[in-house]
Amino acid sequence: MTTTKTFNQRDLIFKKGIALNAIGIVVLLAVIFVTILFSSRESISEFGLGFVFSQNWDPIGLNFGALPFIVGTMLTSILALLISLPFSLAIALLLGEYSPKGKFTGFVRSMIELMAGVPSVIFGFWGLYYLVPHIRNLQMALGILPYGVGIFASSVILAIMIIPYSSSVAREVITMVPRSLKEAAYSLGSTRFEVITKVVLPYARSGIIAGILLSLGRAIGETMAVTMLIGNNNEIPKDIFAPANTMASVIANEFAEAQAGLHMSSLFEIGLLLFIISIVINLIGRLVIHSINKSGGK
Amino acid sequence: MKKMITTAFATIALAAATTFGQTEILGAGATFPYPLYSKMFSVYESLYKTKVNYQSIGSGGGIQQITAKTVDFGATDAFLGDKEEAAMGAKSVHIPTCLGAVVLAYNLPGNPAIKLTPALIADIYLGKITKWNDAKIGAVNKGVKLPGINVVVVRRSDGSGTTSIFTDYLSKVSTEWKDKVGAGKSVEWPTGIGAKGNEGVAGNIKNMPGAIGYTELAYAKKNNMPQALIQNKAGKFIAPSLKSASLAAKSLPLNCKVNLTNTEVADGYPIAGLTWLVIYQDQNYGGRTQAQGAEVVKMIKWMITDGQKYTTPLDYAPLPKNAQVQAFKNLATVKFNGVQLMK
Repeated sequence: MTTTKTFNQRDLIFKKGIALNAIGIVVLLAVIFVTILFSSRESISEFGLGFVFSQNWDPIGLNFGALPFIVGTMLTSILALLISLPFSLAIALLLGEYSPKGKFTGFVRSMIELMAGVPSVIFGFWGLYYLVPHIRNLQMALGILPYGVGIFASSVILAIMIIPYSSSVAREVITMVPRSLKEAAYSLGSTRFEVITKVVLPYARSGIIAGILLSLGRAIGETMAVTMLIGNNNEIPKDIFAPANTMASVIANEFAEAQAGLHMSSLFEIGLLLFIISIVINLIGRLVIHSINKSGGK
Repeated sequence: MKKMITTAFATIALAAATTFGQTEILGAGATFPYPLYSKMFSVYESLYKTKVNYQSIGSGGGIQQITAKTVDFGATDAFLGDKEEAAMGAKSVHIPTCLGAVVLAYNLPGNPAIKLTPALIADIYLGKITKWNDAKIGAVNKGVKLPGINVVVVRRSDGSGTTSIFTDYLSKVSTEWKDKVGAGKSVEWPTGIGAKGNEGVAGNIKNMPGAIGYTELAYAKKNNMPQALIQNKAGKFIAPSLKSASLAAKSLPLNCKVNLTNTEVADGYPIAGLTWLVIYQDQNYGGRTQAQGAEVVKMIKWMITDGQKYTTPLDYAPLPKNAQVQAFKNLATVKFNGVQLMK
């Protein structure tokens, strides 16, 4: 009798303990948000909403605005998505539809998952020394100022970095497509290509979009590789080859030596904007996945 | 936030130091002299059994730490302004420890030796000269075959003392630069691409034909990059070297607070700067002991005397004789309850 009682007590303590931990993490997220908000108050009260639309970034005249960084972040991330999309779709179709089982599939899958674990500084390094010279040759052939580094170089590297994320979500929803639907299509005389384009992809569409949104969240926050490749020019880029800057990399660049006051506070406000944008994108991605799970994939 | 974190770190380090009963000196600040300081401090520890714990968190952080009185000394590449001195709440002294030279390194086919005048450097960084075969560059470099490729301007993207020295120089030699851009650790660059750290700038120059960028002398040497000769105020073209940089510190004002750029010394290199340690003049603060104050002064005295021999091998320019004398005089003013601490 007593043993059961202590067992129950222990069980209760354990349950409360893990609940407390989980709640603690949620509280921590809120605390992070509030501290960043608090640290950016000086910049918010000085520039107001104009901060988001201003192109100034003058640490000496103490005049700051986030527009070039917001544009740089969105441009690199969206371009990266466009570049990665055909590759991640191909991977997802191969692993989800053509050969969902077997040694070869397992090998390719684990290799791609491994890619997600490669530290971003390595991607940046590789990009700077091997990718950038090629981009420079391309720019010379096109007659553009051959910087090499810039939006395009960052987007290519970001595309490589997000492939594991978007392809794994896409693969999962593709395997969820009911066999009965595909068999019905085959029995009506469809070719495999028709089954994929008319049944599998439309069925998995929302899941694929969710994967894209999640990888967008990843691309937006990427700091190290982008800082090494984007050219760190605090201006709105004129074309996709131009050197620019992103929200994450301007913070990484200037935080260490920023002067207390408006400069520091403006960097915090950029952090705040980045925080909000990535949370919103992640939330949308999650909502889409949630609605798929609920409706069983449709 | 950053201040809070660094303060917490320093407090932990301080607590650890007192627990073990060994004398420990705490310092924080500039990253530029960090390789030199870590060498000096490890030698010093083996000589005198006094451990110096130096955190290279950046000059700004160093100033915050000494202002918050969480360290024994702050280290900075830019001397304190009036506002920053006032914030410290008590009188402080600046002790220069060594000099750094900022060079203009470039990447041209065949890497010819080139000369640059102050006006050329300003025009390049203002984006007014965009081709290497520009007549203005040619006029200074007669007989040098300059290619018709684009000038790719490279500069630091992170806030740094190197940028501060370089933009201070540009502000002195070009009124247009002074009005449009100004001097500081981060500025609003009119042109070019930014790279993180000296190594980032050096890497970009090495990979990019037509690139020109400023970097610490040590990095240009390490990467075997050609460095431009620069015309100084006396009109001479000076090759960057530890010696020519040292010459720039020939005469220092009493408080040692001076930007050495655009020096008047005839053979001095024009883009050089001092780096300093900042300590409180009265070491009796925050419950410190006289012994602790004396240890700090003894250590700094060693840095500006015997310690100087470690500068050249690590590509830092040593303090010239008279700068050393001036630093000495400053250190002699440091007291504890009116008692001079330097022996």
